[in-house]
Amino acid sequence: MSSNPFQKRREEIFNLKALRERRSITTMPDAIPIQQKTTICPKCHHALTLDELEENLHVCRCGYHFPIGSHYRLQLTMDPGTIREIGKSVKPFDWLHFPGYPEKLKAQRKKSGSTEGVSTVRGKIGGYSVVVAAMDTRFFMGSMGSAVGERITQAIELAERKKWPLIIFCASGGARMQEGIISLMQMAKTSAAMERLSRKGILSVMVLTHPTTGGVTASFAMLGDITLAEPGALIGFAGPRVIEQTIGEKLPEGFQRSEFQMEHGFVDQIVPRGDMRKTLIQLLRLHARS
Amino acid sequence: MSDQTTSKPSVRDLETRINHLDKRIQDIGDPITPAEVIQLRQFKRDRQELLRLCGHPTPADRVYLARHAGRPSVVDYVDHLFTDFFEQRGDRLFREDPSIYGGIAMFDEHPVTVIGTRKGKNLQENLACHFGMPCPEGYRKARRLMRQAEKFKRPIITFVDTAGAYPGQEAEENGQGEAIARNLAEMSHLRVPIIAVFTGEGGSGGALALGVANRLIMLENAIYSILSPEGFASILWKDASRSDEACSVMKLTAQDLYHLKVADEIVKEPLGGAHRDPDAVYHDLRRAIRENLRALSHLSGTELANRRMAKFRAYGVVDPKNSKNIES
Repeated sequence: MSSNPFQKRREEIFNLKALRERRSITTMPDAIPIQQKTTICPKCHHALTLDELEENLHVCRCGYHFPIGSHYRLQLTMDPGTIREIGKSVKPFDWLHFPGYPEKLKAQRKKSGSTEGVSTVRGKIGGYSVVVAAMDTRFFMGSMGSAVGERITQAIELAERKKWPLIIFCASGGARMQEGIISLMQMAKTSAAMERLSRKGILSVMVLTHPTTGGVTASFAMLGDITLAEPGALIGFAGPRVIEQTIGEKLPEGFQRSEFQMEHGFVDQIVPRGDMRKTLIQLLRLHARS
Repeated sequence: MSDQTTSKPSVRDLETRINHLDKRIQDIGDPITPAEVIQLRQFKRDRQELLRLCGHPTPADRVYLARHAGRPSVVDYVDHLFTDFFEQRGDRLFREDPSIYGGIAMFDEHPVTVIGTRKGKNLQENLACHFGMPCPEGYRKARRLMRQAEKFKRPIITFVDTAGAYPGQEAEENGQGEAIARNLAEMSHLRVPIIAVFTGEGGSGGALALGVANRLIMLENAIYSILSPEGFASILWKDASRSDEACSVMKLTAQDLYHLKVADEIVKEPLGGAHRDPDAVYHDLRRAIRENLRALSHLSGTELANRRMAKFRAYGVVDPKNSKNIES
């Protein structure tokens, strides 16, 4: 534990945010909260209380993984007391003077308690130093605008400088429309940084969680050395609705889900939330420099 | 700030009227009677006037022009700007995708690699190349050609005119996202000059996958955006019919992108769009490509890659002097 009082305060705030995320129900389009304290699993329609959710890391007994906030996820994954946030000073920007965007950002900030759609930290997992980014669908659907792209790029660059493995938990609806072309450019920016990291011989692990789509899938999410996925996550470039419109027919059950992506060769392993930390430690051990 | 051109007819309407006049001019053919001579003169004057009205197009007009079926395609550009073209096909992994057209050619007596997205000229061609929307195998073919260009130290010139990557079931099964991501990653590191020319629609990641270039040239009426104005309006406002409004707020015209430092150069088009006088466009574009190639030719491979990466690294980095844009 740090003796620095500022650091201690920062840690307290981080833990409070994680607690808030752990004790709240993530509102996703396909999750139906019936009251404040209960939610219905969109897969098996079982009603879950908040205590049940918390106890099972927000996983239903049928195996459905509810999306979770980035602070909670980092707390679940990393060694306690080692987390240092690195990207918080990077803030969103209204490049296009888009009508209503600043107000919308403010509302998202208030709703989620996060400053952007990704939290980037350095710290340890199982004693191994790592850089970790966790995306957050509670903030603007985890969409990638300039701040998300910049934070992720800075995290990649820190991993490159420190020669530490990089882990990214992906969760995003795609590029952020309100920042237009500048959002699109983040795809090229993050991809170039990933390629540089790769050429330096540094491990990168991508964990694809529900949902990983659009511009994030077509950039860093597909560029890791190891690609893991949470069960049942929607992973793809074009969204299912767009595809259905194009081909004019219903898509088969399970299309673009983690299991489908593993079958088609884009995911190494599907790892349930409860086993994620263990699996990451195994990967770090297998890549440790002797 | 707001445009006060409320009563100005759209380029689409003007075009219909011009085409109508053209037909009547053709009907007259060689004038015989004095009345016909006068009428013909009047028609030609009207036509000039209509063309003049096509000046200062709105963003929605430019989207219309960018998608115009008569616009030169990558095949036309290859025919007119290059010589000795040798087409290359297939990704060597799965199959050939006709929506990516590419190969080796001579430009000013120097070998270059040319790659572009291809829209068909008729329904049959369009069905084969998915209306210009590439599949993963197309992007992988492009990557194969780019790697070869690096091996043989040939500059790469790409032509982009696509609504986006093809959103189909099979394209997803074959890894559309992975194919685009890999292109972005590798293109950023290539050690040869890359010039991208956006000639029509530049749709999202499917366009960017050929757009990680040292220099980005846009035709005056080309567009480049994160998604189509129709998609934008339907996602953001749940109303696809507000696409004209979306065209204005999206900042997707060449002029907007030049200000956002995404486009490096704009090549002028004739009044009424590139299809009115393709030869003029070929002429100006040839000069633009030549000048840009010359400017890049003295740089080493490392320098070319570093400059390209630095260019893309800068997008979305907030200037501290300007950071009060959103109160936090």
